[in-house]
Amino acid sequence: MKLSLGPILFFWPRDQVTRFYADMAEQPLDIIYMGETVCSKRREFNLDGWIGLARELQQATRAQIVLSGLTLIEANSEVSSLKRLCDNGDFMVEANDMAAVQFLSERKLQFAGGPALNIYSGHALAEFIDSGLIRWAPPVECSGNMINNTLQQLDAMSIPRPEVEVFAYGHLPLAYSARCFTARAENRPKDECEFCCINYEEGIPLASQEGQPLFTINGIQTMSAEINNLLADYPSLARQGADIARLSPRAKGMTEVIRAWDLVRQGGQPPLAVQGCNGYWHGRPGMVTAEEAGLC
Amino acid sequence: MELVCPAGSLPALKAAVRQGADAIYVGFKDDTNARHFAGLNLTDKQLAEGVDLIRKNNKKIYIAVNTYAQPDGWERWQRAVDQAAAMGVNAMIAADPAVLAYASKNHPDLNLHLSVQGSATNGPALSFYQQRYNIKRAVLPRVLSLAQVKQVAESTTVPIEVFAFGSLCIMAEGRCHLSSYMTGESPNLCGVCSPAKAVRWSNEDGKLSSRLNEVLIDRYEEGEAAGYPTLCKGRFIVNGKKFHALEEPTSLDTMDLIPELDRIGVKAVKIEGRQRSPAYSEQVTRAWREALDSYRHNPGGFRVENSWRQTLAGLSEGSQTTLGAYHRAWQ
Repeated sequence: MKLSLGPILFFWPRDQVTRFYADMAEQPLDIIYMGETVCSKRREFNLDGWIGLARELQQATRAQIVLSGLTLIEANSEVSSLKRLCDNGDFMVEANDMAAVQFLSERKLQFAGGPALNIYSGHALAEFIDSGLIRWAPPVECSGNMINNTLQQLDAMSIPRPEVEVFAYGHLPLAYSARCFTARAENRPKDECEFCCINYEEGIPLASQEGQPLFTINGIQTMSAEINNLLADYPSLARQGADIARLSPRAKGMTEVIRAWDLVRQGGQPPLAVQGCNGYWHGRPGMVTAEEAGLC
Repeated sequence: MELVCPAGSLPALKAAVRQGADAIYVGFKDDTNARHFAGLNLTDKQLAEGVDLIRKNNKKIYIAVNTYAQPDGWERWQRAVDQAAAMGVNAMIAADPAVLAYASKNHPDLNLHLSVQGSATNGPALSFYQQRYNIKRAVLPRVLSLAQVKQVAESTTVPIEVFAFGSLCIMAEGRCHLSSYMTGESPNLCGVCSPAKAVRWSNEDGKLSSRLNEVLIDRYEEGEAAGYPTLCKGRFIVNGKKFHALEEPTSLDTMDLIPELDRIGVKAVKIEGRQRSPAYSEQVTRAWREALDSYRHNPGGFRVENSWRQTLAGLSEGSQTTLGAYHRAWQ
């Protein structure tokens, strides 16, 4: 099983990002995704800045560097920026919107399909493979069974499987909106957001009136409150067809998270249970912690 | 601009025809339909009767096969496409590349409209669906501002349809898993959001509580109007404050924007609400028909009549309406 580091979904200051990747370069990672996927107004790094950082990192790590594209693309400026990202010439691109799929397939470039693309079956996957997809990160709501069945559907059509990358650790990216919920929480209009999401290195917790943690507000993105953690489900990850486990960056403790995953993939015993949720993997509500975790 | 109206039942379909809808959209009675709600949608026999009525009145019928097919049960989506083609519908509304590919290969004469669930918000995304599947129209998600709708319309030759009135999704359609995170069922996969079977109302300490899969969505003081617990429209705690952290219970109403939508080149306006009553279809279709006719007869002097506004406000969630993302300040 390969380990990948997903793109940073939060908005961190430039120094923090630089330090984070310097640290990540030392870790046993096979793939590192970089770039802004949530909000084009976040510009501690502009596109050239990200590409520059990716080139530096490539010198320091054996991991494959992939540039992730923005997910919700609404303005012409975002379309132009995405086009330049696809034309970077050095790094593979992770498509998170059909605009990226269009640009990359026009250029006959192979690409990774991110979890924000709606690919839910072998027939859909075949369409994307025909457009150049070589790695598939299924939507986060897909269960292990569904992923396996999708791959078997592909087998039945005699289409070679792409690499399969499962969102295995981190706050789940669940929804995208035109509205910025961080600005709303601070009672600011989006056009005068003053980049306030930089003040929340892991977003803002949203709880029910009974105090039950539900979601995490991250600008225009809504994430799970719980950490989705499939480490206890490691044996079933491979069984259901996953080639890569994606670990999504958190502000603190990523080194320990990566170490724990690395130990298990090298043959260590997976834990019987972990904190966090794993419902989606088991075909249940995403927020649920399946009791059978570790035993399946 | 074409007026596209919803029908989740035969009476609603008849009401929309009677009140002057140009096109009526419906779905089959299974999970190929993004309004797969208990007790909703037309049986095959009702559908046949409805199509007959629509044809006699020279209106158009669109059928929505707009969820994402799953590996188990692909035959259901194939059958839905085959049936739509056999019915000779004016267009099929779909989102899933698998469904679009199957339709364009097997039924090249079937007109395809990209569903809002396809989440195409820009020109290049539309080009993908146009080049691969020859789509003849696209419904844009409700996340775009008016200026952005204009940019998209200018950057594509795909005719554009936008949402004009109805429940307001605050998330980009097709890009929201909040419902499955909480209940296990989502719009993309199951055709439902905040499913009714997961709802529980209770009276706790004299306060009405609404729950979704046991999660408290909202709690109402005595006399406070209570709404359906759509999970993004509850009151939650953020930074120590209780408020509608994501969105208030409100409906989208763009009647004021008719002249601008027309100038931008929008080809059709869509009324949301296949899950609503025949009375809803009747009233909202009548108000919008009158408004569009009034605009056509006198574009320069168009103004929204109070009677239309009152009708629409009465049909809205929480009796409130908003211009939504079309108006930048909402964002």
